[in-house]
Amino acid sequence: MNIPPAYVLTLSGILFALGVIGVLIRRNAIVIFMSIELMLNSANLALIAFARTFAPAQEALRGHVFVFFVIAVAASEVAVGLALIVAIFRSKESIDVDEVSSLRG
Amino acid sequence: MVLLEVVQGGGFFAYAPLIIALPILGLITNIIFGRRLGERFAGIVASGAVALAFVIAILQFLALQAHPEGVTIPIAEWISVGSLSIPWAIKVDTLSTTMMLMVTGVSTLIHIYAIGYMHEDVRFQGDPGRYARFFIFFNLFVAAMMVLVSADNYLMMFVGWEGVGLCSYLLIGFWYEKGEDGIGNAVAGKKAFVTNRIGDFGFLIAMFLIFGAVGSLQFDQVFHWVHEHGLANVGVISVATLFLLLGATGKSAQLPLFVWLPDAMAGPTPVSALIHAATMVTAGIYMIARSAPLFEVAQSTANLVAWVGAVTALFAATIAVGQFDIKRVLAYSTISQLGFMMAAVGIGAYVAGMFHLVAHAFFKALLFLSAGSVIQGVEHGHHHIEHGDGEPFEPQDMRNMGGLRSRMKVTYWVYLIGALALAGLPPLAGFFSKDEILADANMENMGVYILLAAAAFLTAFYMGRQILMVFFGKARSEAAAHATENPPVMTIPLMALAALAIFGGALNLPGVHKLTDWLAHTIEHVHATEFNVLVAGLSVLFALIAIGFSWLLYGRKTMKEGDPDPLRKILGPIFVGMENKWWVDELYDFLIIRPYVAISWFLADVVDWRFWHDWFHDSVLGSAYRNGSRWLAWVFDLRVIDGIGNGLGNITSWGSQRLRVLQTGYVRNYALAVLVGGVLVLSYFIFG
Amino acid sequence: MNLSFSILSWVTFTPVLGVLVLLFLPKDRRNLLRWVAVLTSMVAFGLSLVMLAQFDQTNASLQMVERLPWFQLAGMQIEYFLGVDGLSVLLVLLTTFLTPISIISTWSAVEERVKEFLIFFLLLEVGMVGVFLSQDIFLFYIFWEFTLVPMYFLIGIWGGPRRVYAAIKFFLYTMAGSILMLLAILWLGITFESFSVPDLIAQGGIPGSVQTWLFLAFAAAFAIKVPMWPLHSWLPDAHVEAPTAGSVILAGVLLKMGTYGFLRFNLPLFPEASIRFAPWMALLAVIGIIYGAAVAYAQKDVKMLVAYSSVSHLGFVVLGLFALNPLGIQGGILQMINHGLSTGALFLIVGMIYERRHTREMDDFGGLWKVMPIYGALTLIVTLSSMGLPGLNGFVGEFSILLGAFGSEAIGSPIYAGIAAAGVIMAAIYMLYMFQKLFLGPLDKDENKVVKDINLREILTLVPLVVFIFWIGLYPKPFFNLIGPSVDKLVALLQAASVAVH
Repeated sequence: MNIPPAYVLTLSGILFALGVIGVLIRRNAIVIFMSIELMLNSANLALIAFARTFAPAQEALRGHVFVFFVIAVAASEVAVGLALIVAIFRSKESIDVDEVSSLRG
Repeated sequence: MVLLEVVQGGGFFAYAPLIIALPILGLITNIIFGRRLGERFAGIVASGAVALAFVIAILQFLALQAHPEGVTIPIAEWISVGSLSIPWAIKVDTLSTTMMLMVTGVSTLIHIYAIGYMHEDVRFQGDPGRYARFFIFFNLFVAAMMVLVSADNYLMMFVGWEGVGLCSYLLIGFWYEKGEDGIGNAVAGKKAFVTNRIGDFGFLIAMFLIFGAVGSLQFDQVFHWVHEHGLANVGVISVATLFLLLGATGKSAQLPLFVWLPDAMAGPTPVSALIHAATMVTAGIYMIARSAPLFEVAQSTANLVAWVGAVTALFAATIAVGQFDIKRVLAYSTISQLGFMMAAVGIGAYVAGMFHLVAHAFFKALLFLSAGSVIQGVEHGHHHIEHGDGEPFEPQDMRNMGGLRSRMKVTYWVYLIGALALAGLPPLAGFFSKDEILADANMENMGVYILLAAAAFLTAFYMGRQILMVFFGKARSEAAAHATENPPVMTIPLMALAALAIFGGALNLPGVHKLTDWLAHTIEHVHATEFNVLVAGLSVLFALIAIGFSWLLYGRKTMKEGDPDPLRKILGPIFVGMENKWWVDELYDFLIIRPYVAISWFLADVVDWRFWHDWFHDSVLGSAYRNGSRWLAWVFDLRVIDGIGNGLGNITSWGSQRLRVLQTGYVRNYALAVLVGGVLVLSYFIFG
Repeated sequence: MNLSFSILSWVTFTPVLGVLVLLFLPKDRRNLLRWVAVLTSMVAFGLSLVMLAQFDQTNASLQMVERLPWFQLAGMQIEYFLGVDGLSVLLVLLTTFLTPISIISTWSAVEERVKEFLIFFLLLEVGMVGVFLSQDIFLFYIFWEFTLVPMYFLIGIWGGPRRVYAAIKFFLYTMAGSILMLLAILWLGITFESFSVPDLIAQGGIPGSVQTWLFLAFAAAFAIKVPMWPLHSWLPDAHVEAPTAGSVILAGVLLKMGTYGFLRFNLPLFPEASIRFAPWMALLAVIGIIYGAAVAYAQKDVKMLVAYSSVSHLGFVVLGLFALNPLGIQGGILQMINHGLSTGALFLIVGMIYERRHTREMDDFGGLWKVMPIYGALTLIVTLSSMGLPGLNGFVGEFSILLGAFGSEAIGSPIYAGIAAAGVIMAAIYMLYMFQKLFLGPLDKDENKVVKDINLREILTLVPLVVFIFWIGLYPKPFFNLIGPSVDKLVALLQAASVAVH
């Protein structure tokens, strides 16, 4: 089975766009977080697609390595991010990002 | 004979410097030991020193018999700068030796007299400790006077000239805590010094002019130059002699600078006799006689000298008529007689001038010393009667005297001799000397002669008045009634001077002309004056008439205590003028002294202090600086420099105010911004 | 170090050794400190006598020269260059002579911060001697400015009630003049690449118009220091507020630095400008003579009177220097010494009475001669010397100056000397007035009746001065011999320039 990379990339683009929209329009910090994960994973999908399409056989693992790296980053990001959200919830009793605007100039 | 050989070899000339050194030695001895060893010691040392100087002067006289042209004895180099070369050198010639003999001789007598006089005076004035100091100053005076007369150049003469002025200052103010307001004597001394300095200023300028023309100040060289180039330089010589005349009017108390001499009577009487009658005041006459070659060339100045002398002679004589202080009468008489001498040297009669100078020294010293004797006699009387009422008593006022003839016999006789000599009655010294001047004036300058003859008339009158007021009639005060004669230490010098006043005329008897021949060795062109019977007869007649007048006024009907002067009724306002010395002091006070004080006060207080120090420097410069720095600090620094700094801050702050709106704090907005940025960057890469 | 070789350095810097010793002594042992200072200054005086013994008075040029390169600045060689000639030898001796006398005079007058006082005083001596010995203008300038510092503190710490004002005024005025001089010095250095005075004189060739500016720049510094009329406003303040010893040194030596500056720099370096400015300088000098004398007479404070008399007396010195002939210049130099002796003595005298009565108002005195006969006699001599009585020192100088100025071609008119001679009359007026106010008249104030006559120490400070007053007055030949050849050399230089001007 040979799926053309354009399809894969299109899907990846759609997922990324969904993630962006989620980040920009949702208020719930958890949902925003999930949207970010979505964007990361869309990038992973693009990476895999490129690795499969363009890389010679002996270097095919390069894209995979990047994907693993991104997954590791995402995992640690989730850990830190969730910890922040918990901390914010503790002080603000809310995870609505519009409530958290103390950086306003 | 050894002595004769020494005389003829001129060996005595070598001793000439001693004539200055001996008085200095005397005063140094008195400075060191005077106070400790007591009055007798101090007086004897001082008198001895001067007596030895007199001996030296006699030795010079002897030596000059064989060498009448004289010698110059160099002692040391003094000032030697550039073209100026002035030595300390002594000139022994007939002119200077005449002065040496007269000064040291009269000084010796007055020193001896002062031993007795000052013994009383220091007790009367209440400070016996000052006895030695008096003789120190007195010796210093003799030394300075010797420097003056023995100088061989103008500058050394000037040293003596100012030196005698200093001694005069110190001795006038000898009782510096006495006098009017307690300071009168000191002020009189200062007046004498400052007035003399005005004359000295003239002397200085004359020296500059002479040096500028001749290039030397030594008499020989100057006179030699005058012989060679004098006629071509009449202008400069005339100006120089005019300034010399100014110097002479200061020292010899002539118009217009005579005002110090009457006040100088504040000094003890021996001082008045020695300095302000016999010796110092004649220095001006001596100086002009010494400068005879200059004045011969500058005839116009010489003429002026004669007129100054003649006018002074008459002017001072009129004042003498109206005085009541016994010493003041004599002081104005001295000014008047100095006028005679001045007139004599002015008309070229140098011998007559010098003759009168010497004769006057004898009888005026005699008169002053006798006056001192009278004053002290009256003081004795005052002490005798004093009962502690402390009423102020003026022992010098002739109105407090009278009838002293019987109480002070010696003094009376010597006073009478002096007065008659001064009045010019033959055969006393004054007759011959004064007549020689009058005879010369009669020949040379009729106007001068008339003024002098009138002065001579007044002289006889005021001396008659004085004798009659002091010695005749009845005592007008208790003190005079109890006056006592003084001890021999005072009366013996009086008798010696009286002898000189009687026989002094022998120096230059008409027809013999000893002094003329003697001085002819030094002063050129002197000639023996013919004895003018008419002039002599007239002046004797005038003198007798004047004395007769005075007898009419003061002798016939004697004054009583408290009587006004009979002359006051006759002369009215003129007498007031005479009594008030024609207000010359007041005039000078108004014209010179007050303006000077005012100007110097104005300069010091207004110009220098308030304007220059306080206003200009402190206010203008100071406040200019203060205001300048204040402006810099509060205006420039704060507004401009700080303004630039603050303005930058303000602009930044204003911009940030605007920019802060972007900072919403909403993560979404930031994310959108990131997105837009990312899109823009990407599109730039892709499409740009 | 070979003493005879570098005698001038020893004379200059010996006081520094004394300062080092003083630094290590405890400050409450006042008499010990005073002895150390007096001995140091005596040693310096002794060394200056050694200098005098080695001085060849027939030689007109610089002697005992010490010349070492010091440092270079933008191509300009600055040297450590000391030398002495007839123009300066007497001033050096005057400085070393007056310093021990001044220190002795402070024995009982200065009781607070004695150590600092003495240190400043010795440092002041270093500066003054350095000024007179430096032959490199840059070195001269350093010493010149250095003297300000100790004097500033002497006035500012030990002075009278307005001491701070006076000290600052003194400092600022002298400083203001010096700045212009510094500019002129730098111009000379940049142009000729040397600061050595003899080299600059030998080189010559400064164009006339430049000479004018340089002359004025140097004159600004010196005229303030002298002080010439009308720049004298700082003097009365400084004198009145300074402690006695400070006044003595100020009048005796520091003012002479100004006249010496004219003599050492203005005349030989800018001869043409000197000739051109001579009438103007003479005019200012004569105004100063008359003005100072008139103003002195109206004073109530003795120290003010003496201060203004200095303005008058230094007018004579300047008049003599700018006569530009041997008589005037030699008289001027001698008069510097005379003024140092007479006015120094006058300030000592004022200090003695101030110590006893704590007032200087003349109205508070009168009749003092009766209770203080020795003091009175010494004051009389000094007073007479100050008013130029013949036979005392003042007359010799004044007469030479006036005679020189009277016939001076450069000044051009005898009127100046004639008017200046009238200053002699005025000197008699104010000096005798002072003497009368203090010593004559009745002894009518109770405070004055118990005043004690001066003690042996005070007599010892005055007697040396009086000895010189008589010596110079009666036999000034040795002094004129010292200054003669150097002045002749200077006059020859000026005459050459005079030919060039006409």
